Amino acid sequence: MTTAMTWIRVLLGRCVALLRIKKLDADLDEELRAHIDMATEENRRRGMNEQEARTTALRAFGGVTQIKERYRTERGLPWISTTMQDIRFSARILVRNPGFTSIAILTLALGIGGNTAIFSVVNGVLLNPLPFPHSEQLVALHESKPNFPRGSISYPNFLDWQRENHSFSSIAIARGYPFILTGRGDAEQVNSEFISADFFSVLGLYPLMGRTFTPAEEQSGAAPAALISEGLWRRKFNGAANVLGQAITLDGRNYAIVGVIPARFHLRFSNFSEQDVYVPIRQWGNSSLMRRSAGLAIHGIARLKPGVTLQQAKADMDEVTRNLAAAYPDANQGTGASIVPLKEQMVGDVRPFLLVLLGAVGFVLLIACVNVASLLLARSAARGREFAVRIALGASRTRVIRQLLTESLLLGLTASAISLFPAVWGTHAALKLLPAALPRAEEIGLDFRVLAFTMAVTLLTSTLFGLAPALRSSQANPQLAIKEGGRGLSGTRHRALDTFVVVEMAVALVLLTGAGLMIRSLVELWSVDPGFNPHNVLTFGMSSPPSIGDASSDKIRATFRALDDRLASTPGVTAVSPVWGALPMAGDDERLFWLDSQPKPASDHDMNWALDYIVGPDYLRVMQIPLKRGRFITRQDDERSPLVAVVDDVFAHKYFPGQDPIGKRIRMSDSGNAIEIVGLVPHVKQWSLDLDDTQSLRAELYLPCMQMPENLLSGMHTGSEMVVRYEGSLDAVSDALRSTSRQISAEQVICGYQTMDSVISDSIASRRLAMILLGAFAVLALVLACIGIYGVMACVVSQRTQEIGIRMALGAQRKDVLLLVLRHGARLAFLGIVFGTASAVVLTRLMASLLFRVSPTDPAVLAGVSVILSLVAIAACMQPARRAASIDTMQALRSE
Amino acid sequence: MPENKSDVLQGTLDLMVLKTLESMGAMHGYGIARRIEQVSANGLSLNQGTIYPALLRLEQRGWVKAEWGISETGRRAKFYSLTRSGRKQIAQETENWERTAATMARFLAPSN
Repeated sequence: MTTAMTWIRVLLGRCVALLRIKKLDADLDEELRAHIDMATEENRRRGMNEQEARTTALRAFGGVTQIKERYRTERGLPWISTTMQDIRFSARILVRNPGFTSIAILTLALGIGGNTAIFSVVNGVLLNPLPFPHSEQLVALHESKPNFPRGSISYPNFLDWQRENHSFSSIAIARGYPFILTGRGDAEQVNSEFISADFFSVLGLYPLMGRTFTPAEEQSGAAPAALISEGLWRRKFNGAANVLGQAITLDGRNYAIVGVIPARFHLRFSNFSEQDVYVPIRQWGNSSLMRRSAGLAIHGIARLKPGVTLQQAKADMDEVTRNLAAAYPDANQGTGASIVPLKEQMVGDVRPFLLVLLGAVGFVLLIACVNVASLLLARSAARGREFAVRIALGASRTRVIRQLLTESLLLGLTASAISLFPAVWGTHAALKLLPAALPRAEEIGLDFRVLAFTMAVTLLTSTLFGLAPALRSSQANPQLAIKEGGRGLSGTRHRALDTFVVVEMAVALVLLTGAGLMIRSLVELWSVDPGFNPHNVLTFGMSSPPSIGDASSDKIRATFRALDDRLASTPGVTAVSPVWGALPMAGDDERLFWLDSQPKPASDHDMNWALDYIVGPDYLRVMQIPLKRGRFITRQDDERSPLVAVVDDVFAHKYFPGQDPIGKRIRMSDSGNAIEIVGLVPHVKQWSLDLDDTQSLRAELYLPCMQMPENLLSGMHTGSEMVVRYEGSLDAVSDALRSTSRQISAEQVICGYQTMDSVISDSIASRRLAMILLGAFAVLALVLACIGIYGVMACVVSQRTQEIGIRMALGAQRKDVLLLVLRHGARLAFLGIVFGTASAVVLTRLMASLLFRVSPTDPAVLAGVSVILSLVAIAACMQPARRAASIDTMQALRSE
Repeated sequence: MPENKSDVLQGTLDLMVLKTLESMGAMHGYGIARRIEQVSANGLSLNQGTIYPALLRLEQRGWVKAEWGISETGRRAKFYSLTRSGRKQIAQETENWERTAATMARFLAPSN
């Protein structure tokens, strides 16, 4: 047998032995007993008496205990045995101090778990929202126009960009469209996207089955083809494997299905979002598609060639667009390409937010660590004598340190295991809280890298602080330690503990202040008057039956009039209006015009822009916008009467400063028709509650639906957005509207119910996320700080038992003892609040950009959180204080 | 303890045990210890107990095997016997020992 094999065999034998210690020990005992017995017997046969025979046998054997020890050493793996012994001992110690152990473990578990949960979500939503290969190469494309830095790309321009750029490996565009799907059960509206052929290859997304579009399918006159979502495939085709090549009827036309897009595809940018159907953009019947100056809400994406920077791409596209502007000055003068990294486009500029969050994460982790450190320190004081005794009894210092290390690690590891619960639960909870309007990665799960990191940090802390006191006690003179042991904390330890509590309070205060500021910002934001009353307003899309597709303008107008009447007479509906143009905070629409008093500008470029609300007579009643002067649109403003418009304050002020706008006339760029302004209304916040004031395009123009030119009217044959004001319950009204719709036509579909309240709350979704996250951190910090104060105070009280006993023996009342402890806690809380406030004043500046109409040093918030923190601190001290007050004098004195 | 007893050299105990088992067959620990004492004519300062760690060592290396049996006095005892590789090992160990002994003898031989 080779030496190596022998060694493996020995090692294996020893490992096996570890597992059967009890049995082997029993065997050894029996074997040795047999030996002694046999020796005794032989001695007796030689004539010794019983006693003498046994003594001689034992002497010849040598020390039984030593032999056993040597045997055991030979048998097992000594270091494993020692470690297991350490673990057993540590576990016993931890179990014997359930208070300390549970608090320490709870703190660590909450710290690790909470941080991991929150950070996992942040990572999924903000840091890594694009689940595509090399997502850093992806950019969003827009056509920049004088009024729109991120405007719509016209299709002819897109084709030229695609051909002439040198920076992108591929580029694509998309544009939403609501198709009516018929022929498969009830008619329904399916949200779709018109896309260029390369759209999915830009993203690097492959269909679940089939293929994406070929360039030929993007040509005009190509056979209609469609991609459908996995969801639609399962819902309408029962997930049939032979779906490829089957027809799907959209707006009464058959499209051959060429592929299925997987359900995990998730992308939102500009107006794009993942939909049920994708169709080549050339299938769009819009006559303006090929017009170079048309703004059809088309936005693009592109993939940078490897190695090409954003700057190079911008320079390249500048040249491309310059050439195009020179070639088509009418349409393209003043336009360029805007290239934004897709991630930034989706989540906006998140840097300040991330900074704040990282700070918050760090702070919470700091609190958790400080908590455990202070607990370990407090306890080490109590154990000073234990170490001293052990060292005096001959334990080596390394052995004591090893034992403590094991204890800390055991604590940390248990906490890490338990932290999985808050981590998993917290991630799920946070995802539920997450505003739906925010982008997010496909599947946000627990991030194990974050978990590993937070675990490592806390393990390190618990180990370090578990060890530091051990190093100190093991150096101390055992005799001295035994003499003074248990007689309270030494001065430096007291100070260290107090410092820890103060730090915790201060950090918690900073986090609470951050959360408080966010809450105040949101309250401020909610109190901003949007210019209309969003409560009890419902918006939805109403598709028209495909049959009116080729109807005359008169027929379309008649259909909409009838629709208006039917909806208005629906139970619960108090007012109704179609919305063909913009809708505040939901969608914008613009129109070019010039003032009738001025000559027609040479090109579109020199025209004026206004947001246009193309509505019915009841629009003001629906939105509860007051009329300032003149009149609003009426039923009499129809195709036969003179053209009229109503403008808002901003429009009046911008184009007719110091004059009465009523009676003034403007001309629309598309028709050239003159329109008379007949009324004035206050400004409505179109863009958002917080950013509307800073937008350049704010002038608002209200036009009657019934006076729209033919081309726009024919575009409405597919359906229209509606708003209604309702009373009673939302569900009842939705049901009533649905049944009204069915009564009108079975092919008519209502979709996309949304209350204006939720539209507004979506518009401040990212601020809400900031508030929720900071709030979660702050609550976590508060809980941890509370646990920390409680733990330290409880420790202090138990160590001052004797002192308190003496005080009481000398005549102190229970009330005095209670106050003594509370005063101690209050002093720490006060110091914490002072330092915390000072830090908060400095640190909250960093989050100024997240705030709205609230100063980073808002006194109300600072005062509020200080009060909360003081109350929590006093509450945390209450229980230890009561325990101190209930100390039995005699017992306290006798216990030492 | 008599002055003229010599300590057991490191490693020699293993060979003594192996050799004992070779000549006597399966034996319990007490028997092996007694046999070693007899063969060395009580010239060794040996605690009988020390053969147990030695037996364990040999067992771990696979040179001896142990099983419970009944002693000549009718007592339950653990009996040790040589394995096949143990037998081979004796030859090797013997050779090692003889080499060492010869070397020592050369050092101790009167110089001429």
